[in-house]
Amino acid sequence: MSINLDIRLKRADKVYSEGENISGVLLISSNSDFKHDGITLTVEGCVNLQISSKNIGILEAFYNSVKPIQLVNITCDVCGPSRLPSGLTEIPFQIPLHAKPNRVLYETYHGVYVNISYSIRCEMKRSFLSKDLQRCQQFLVQYKPDSSNCPQLPLKNNRKPITFELSPAKLTTGASGAPDFLLSGHLDTVCCSITKPLKGHITLVRCVAPVRSIELQLVRVETCGCAEGYAREATEIQNLQIGDGDVPQNIPIPIYMVFPRLFTCPTLLTTNFKIEFEINIVVVFDNNHLITNNFPIILVRE
Amino acid sequence: MSSNQPTWKSLRNVSFRNRTAYFEPVTDNPLQNVLVTERIPRRILGSCPSTGRTTPVSNTTNISDPLSAALNQLDPLTEFSHEEMDPLSKMAAEMDVIDKAEMLKESSKKIKENTVPMNSWSNRKAAILQKYTTSEKLSMVTSFLLEGEKVVVKAQSTAVDKVQHRLEQLDSFEEGPQRKLDLSQSEYIYKINELNRELVTAWNNQQRVKALKIAIQCAKMLADTDVLPFYPSKFVLVTDILDCFGKLVYERLRTKAQYYKPGSKIPQPLPENFTPDMVSDSAKETCLNWFFKIASIRELVPRLYVEMALLKSYNFISSNECPEALSRLTEMIQGIGNPLVAVYARCYLCRVGLNVVTSGTHTGYLKRNFESFLESYQHLFGRSVKADLHRQKMSLSTYMTLYTPALDYIMEAVVCHLPDSVLPELLARCKQYSNSSLILNTIMSGFNPTYISERTLQFLNMIVQCTDDGIPLHSLLRTLGLCVSVSSPPLEQRKQILNGVWTNIAQLREPAVYISCVTIWIQFIVQHFSSTEVNTVLGDVIDRMLPLRYYEKFPYELKTIVHKVVEYTSDFESLLAMENFLPIIDLFHEEAAKVEVCKLILSSNFLSEQKTNDPVITNGLMFLGGILHDSVNALTPEDENRQIGEILCNVVRTVDYERDFEQQLQFYVDARGAFANLDSVLAQLVHCVNLLAVNTRSMVKGTHSRKTGDFVRACAAYSFITIPSIECPNIRLKLYLISGQVALFNHCLGQADACFKAILSVISELSPGGNTETFLVPFTKKFLSTLLVIPDNPERGVLSLTRNLLNILRNFQWARENGSLAVLYISAIDLLASMTQDDYSYHVDRVESNDALYGADPRFVQEVDNMTSLVIGEILGMLKELGSCKKQAQLAIDLFLRVVLRGDLNVTQVNILALNLWNLSLKSGYSDIKYLWRIREYLLNSSVDREGLKKFIDKLSIS
Repeated sequence: MSINLDIRLKRADKVYSEGENISGVLLISSNSDFKHDGITLTVEGCVNLQISSKNIGILEAFYNSVKPIQLVNITCDVCGPSRLPSGLTEIPFQIPLHAKPNRVLYETYHGVYVNISYSIRCEMKRSFLSKDLQRCQQFLVQYKPDSSNCPQLPLKNNRKPITFELSPAKLTTGASGAPDFLLSGHLDTVCCSITKPLKGHITLVRCVAPVRSIELQLVRVETCGCAEGYAREATEIQNLQIGDGDVPQNIPIPIYMVFPRLFTCPTLLTTNFKIEFEINIVVVFDNNHLITNNFPIILVRE
Repeated sequence: MSSNQPTWKSLRNVSFRNRTAYFEPVTDNPLQNVLVTERIPRRILGSCPSTGRTTPVSNTTNISDPLSAALNQLDPLTEFSHEEMDPLSKMAAEMDVIDKAEMLKESSKKIKENTVPMNSWSNRKAAILQKYTTSEKLSMVTSFLLEGEKVVVKAQSTAVDKVQHRLEQLDSFEEGPQRKLDLSQSEYIYKINELNRELVTAWNNQQRVKALKIAIQCAKMLADTDVLPFYPSKFVLVTDILDCFGKLVYERLRTKAQYYKPGSKIPQPLPENFTPDMVSDSAKETCLNWFFKIASIRELVPRLYVEMALLKSYNFISSNECPEALSRLTEMIQGIGNPLVAVYARCYLCRVGLNVVTSGTHTGYLKRNFESFLESYQHLFGRSVKADLHRQKMSLSTYMTLYTPALDYIMEAVVCHLPDSVLPELLARCKQYSNSSLILNTIMSGFNPTYISERTLQFLNMIVQCTDDGIPLHSLLRTLGLCVSVSSPPLEQRKQILNGVWTNIAQLREPAVYISCVTIWIQFIVQHFSSTEVNTVLGDVIDRMLPLRYYEKFPYELKTIVHKVVEYTSDFESLLAMENFLPIIDLFHEEAAKVEVCKLILSSNFLSEQKTNDPVITNGLMFLGGILHDSVNALTPEDENRQIGEILCNVVRTVDYERDFEQQLQFYVDARGAFANLDSVLAQLVHCVNLLAVNTRSMVKGTHSRKTGDFVRACAAYSFITIPSIECPNIRLKLYLISGQVALFNHCLGQADACFKAILSVISELSPGGNTETFLVPFTKKFLSTLLVIPDNPERGVLSLTRNLLNILRNFQWARENGSLAVLYISAIDLLASMTQDDYSYHVDRVESNDALYGADPRFVQEVDNMTSLVIGEILGMLKELGSCKKQAQLAIDLFLRVVLRGDLNVTQVNILALNLWNLSLKSGYSDIKYLWRIREYLLNSSVDREGLKKFIDKLSIS
């Protein structure tokens, strides 16, 4: 006798926002009828923080990981102890998604030191001799931009395009050993909508040495507060090449990057932790000399 | 007459309708082989008349040397392993084929909509693969190759290598480390095909991520131009894999995106022309996932290529996604530093884009792609390219030719999909870069040839002003020449064009380059100028080819020149009037090439349309024909023999001196001397001479003067002498018969007699066999009917010819079971019975046959009747020998008919014989009763004025 338990959410993309109903179906299939001691559904969501081992010792990092911050915890009984017939049983459900008091639902995010995840769990209690059945299903949370308690940064009206110029003289680091070059570039904005790609263009005006590669690096900056102070860590999310080889001069090369899902979320600043993002424009010359230019960006959902 | 011989008496004075053999010269015989005189004009350079577009071949000629062709092919072993796919991938491959067929249908539909040659890519593919090859080692970085092959690739020599190799094998599981392999070209192609199969297998085994990884790795290969000459071919091979991958993804999404028709509850697969709002959320989600995955590919070139491969799948998300992506990708390609890689990426983008964007409003990206190339054109001469060329020891002009396939494709796409008004604009833009030969070349091969040729002079100027060392001058001239030959330039400019072009061509030093230009431009010259100019050009060609025996190196080019000249010259006269034409033929050094050219000239269409009697032309024809004839030897294949024979026959027929018969005969004598080795030509000559004799007779209206008499006798003698040298006895027999008939017609009794006697001796020498029999039976029947009118030779006995013929037939080794001899004997009865008549049923005009000679003398009749009874006796013997069978019954009834119709039934023995034969066929049980009824009915009808027959019929019983 085998029993299969499955949760199927109604939305294909599994994206919900605060206040919405999570609706779906519990699917229970079995080849014979059976008894159970009750079915419950639990919606959970929490922020997991971890302190980098760079700041404190490895052992401490292991033990001292900051307590998870629970954002939501809803339990409801689907049905009490009863018998289920053989075959496929579908039980539809609907749970309103609300945060715990004094908490807001942050967007789902998977980082290195900060993880924000949400799941819906179904548990079926069985009698003394047989095992309980469990099934867990992740779902995603996104902000509803116009809602009142949205935790993302208020939209500052700084969506001006940015133009920049790079030359050995303007570099703070790596200027020595760099060939004579002039790069001019343009970014549409640094306050980006998370659903839209980052756009702009970069032009190699002149360069005495051949360029090997021009890259666009997306970096997350995670800050965790804890008893010992706070730790700020910058790690790479992805690195896209936009110019390959000795690119033609005086021809604009587009800057274009789609923000990856799950690994990015709207810039988040809370008392306990921060999630911020930056863009690095990296130029590698043929002699492996490397220059970078950093642009902090603000991600918003609108 | 021995006692067992049946008695025979012919029925005489039967009223036949009297007929005189009337010969009339005919020129047409319905059974003659169809000779196609009108030729379908050959398509020039694959130009498609509907659109007027061409696929001009650019620069170097496309003759693949045998070595590289061999390299292209896989060795038999690998080919074998190719075929032995495992069943799964085989199925997948088959599915692939089906899919492709569907895709083709789809695209053909599109063609109808857009009137655009969408399949032009598949045409180009083969050409690219053939043209861009290398003998250098290629390297490939991959982690998806099967175990077995690695050992094959490189023989491991040292112990260290071996250990390393084993270690590599150990940890090469799916995600194993990437290896760099050094491969020859054929191995490389094999590997790529293997990757393709691997991808399909992975996909079918639900390993989508692995499939994507393979696709990315493939795309990565396009980023490096290690071996430049092979890059275009590599592009073709790799994009095939990417296409396959794109299709797999698209098809999977499409099946996943089932939708519910309004009102129905059964999910259906999406129709071909779905709209994004019909796509279910889950399918959209999957599709988005794909694009998110692709967007995070680190390297630029693979990211661009894979996105291009999946471009079509954007349609699942929203309808404006695709055009946006097209223009975005167009810009992003700017980031590719290597200009060659960039231009091929553009080519792929255009190709994919044409498949995806169906409406005409979003085709701006095509033009943008071309313009982007123009903008970065100077980059082609940049430092990195120079360094690369230096490293690979390649000249800039060869490097430039690597661009042409991609650029031509882009250009064609631009020209096809955008209105004509864009062309001048593009041209103006190109003029800003006027010194760039590559762009000029692309424009000339890409634009509509009519457009180009209207501005030939302008282009010529631009060509001359080209100073960069990209595409060389001769290639440009060639490309322009192709345009001009497809569509004619304006009349008033032609002279100027010729002068301009020829000064340039004349300056080309290299003979190979020179001749390649001439081969293209000769068409223009032949088309629009008189033979004087052509002659000058040919003279120049000879002058340039003669020193150092250059001509030995360019037989193909020279042949093309001759071909063009012949094709556009309207008559042979003007061809031979060029004094440099025949010397050109002499330039063909190799026998085979020379023969080819002669064939080409002699089979040109004006030859079959015109007659000539000009001695110069005749001489020319005989000269060329002689070359052809001399090429025939014992080893020549039969078909070649036949072809040459046909051509020479045609030559013989072309020469016509009209009323000057003697001259004509003289020509035939010469031709016989020149073409003595070919049966078909000799046969043709005999026929011609016979025709000549018959024509002579009709000229003098049947009464020969002494002179004409001598002439026709000469003709007969010609035939008689010519025929024996023909090898095939069947042809000889036929010719003897016809010549004999013609001689008889012309009252040359002696000559006719000689011919007929020759027939007898030929028959007696025939070797028995099935084929001979099937020929001999109808032939003999024909001969027999001729024999009726031949007067007996007074020096020999009565009917000596017939008698001899029957004897020879009797001695021939017939196959007994066929009863062929009996059939012939039965026909002989017809002849013999006819000979006993007072007046024969047909005569030759003014020739006295035996009826006149013997006047139905009773002794003559008796003699003939005796012969008949002998023949009947023979037949009866044979019938007995055959035994009871269907054949016997049939022969019996045939003989019965002869006896009843030809014999005198009042003679009791004849009567009994007939009755016996009737009963024999009736009782054998093999006869068709209905047929017998019919015969009886027929006899009854024809017995109106024959009392004896009437009585006889009463005795015939059918039951």
